[in-house]
Amino acid sequence: MMQKKLQVEAIQHGSVIDHIPAQQGVKILKFFKFTQTNEKITIGLNLSTHNGKSKDLIKVENTFISDEQANQLALFAPNATINQIKDFKVVNKFPVQLPSSFIGVLACPNSNCISHNEPVKTRFYVNNKSVLKLKCHYCEKSFQRSFFTELD
Amino acid sequence: MNNPLYQKNIISIADLSRTDLELILQTAHSLKQTPQPELLKNKVIASCFFEASTRTRLSFETAVQRLGGSIIGFDSGGNTSLAQKGETLADSVKVISSYADAFFMRHPQEGAARLASEFTEIPVINGGDGANQHPTQTLLDLFTIYETQDTLDKLNIAFVGDLKYGRTVHSLAQALSLFNCNFYFIAPDALAMPDYILEELTDKGINYSVHASIEEVVDSLDILYMTRVQKERFDETEYQHIKSAFLLNAQMLTNVRNNLKVLHPLPRIDEIHNNVDDTPYAYYFQQAQNGVYARQALLALLLTNQFQLEV
Repeated sequence: MMQKKLQVEAIQHGSVIDHIPAQQGVKILKFFKFTQTNEKITIGLNLSTHNGKSKDLIKVENTFISDEQANQLALFAPNATINQIKDFKVVNKFPVQLPSSFIGVLACPNSNCISHNEPVKTRFYVNNKSVLKLKCHYCEKSFQRSFFTELD
Repeated sequence: MNNPLYQKNIISIADLSRTDLELILQTAHSLKQTPQPELLKNKVIASCFFEASTRTRLSFETAVQRLGGSIIGFDSGGNTSLAQKGETLADSVKVISSYADAFFMRHPQEGAARLASEFTEIPVINGGDGANQHPTQTLLDLFTIYETQDTLDKLNIAFVGDLKYGRTVHSLAQALSLFNCNFYFIAPDALAMPDYILEELTDKGINYSVHASIEEVVDSLDILYMTRVQKERFDETEYQHIKSAFLLNAQMLTNVRNNLKVLHPLPRIDEIHNNVDDTPYAYYFQQAQNGVYARQALLALLLTNQFQLEV
């Protein structure tokens, strides 16, 4: 039987985030502060897929992505899947789901919004029609995803 | 009766249901007919204007005094130590609200009233937050429409002037969409109603149409809501060319419905000619006066659980 060669080395325990759109992998590493952990991380950038498009992929040893983290992934990779690995086997696999709101992860694009200089967490409500829009809890303005920057 | 608005915040018109709106309008009507000069006796209301607004402040503070309440506060943020010392709004609200029974505020930044409501237990009333919301203006507009038409349902309402930047028309259109009205929008292309408002109306199944001049629709209207086209948004030649389509004079009201009322949030400049003032259709000064009753209604409902309507 012909063995399929993995593009990124397998991990024993941990999480695999798959189907990340190309160019988003590094952003996700930074956002989740995976670069500050001592765990082994392997990444693949611009990997080829069977539909001809490129994708990124992240494998993190000894780390299991929480539901909250999985929801936040939707900001970068709405079609990503998360695989939980134990002893080199996939024991759980689930798609990223858009939450109803994002709390404390994005800055409001409206520079006159009160959330910028007060002791509150930002909050945006998801309006998922044809295009993903997020509405600010405070200033009530809606913006497309591309207008947002992530908070540090 | 127990009322559902007792101790609630009034931040955004979108937070209010049709039932809430009707209760506020009935209460405003009742207080206009039957003054209650003792209702807020021993209540202290904070009136905090982090940004100056003479008309809204005077109207609100009159409302408090007509109900027998007392006022603390300031008329411009720049005059206070809060701005000079760089205190956060959250801290200012915590301190001031510990002195008062309700907190009325105007602030130059969007979202300020929502944020304030998260740092106090007393009711917060938004008197305008930047370009976002000004719900008490919307309530006085609704009350005036209700008072002059005996209903809010299925009215023909035209909005004229600056429909792009005017938060007044955005909030009023959103509130009236609960009552199945027909909307006519009349504005220069550069100041047209924003797409997101039109999308909301479409989603709610509301009829609306866009017109080039007041005269196209004026004869079939119940309410003509005028706003100012700001001259500074155009060059002089362009302004002279477009302005005639968005100005109202008495001659244009020859064949209108008897129940038509012309409204305007004021101040007006030249968009309503003085000769309209003498027609039976002019109602903008009564509208401004209704601001006192609409704000009295909110205070009565937020601070009095057992408030009895005298209808």
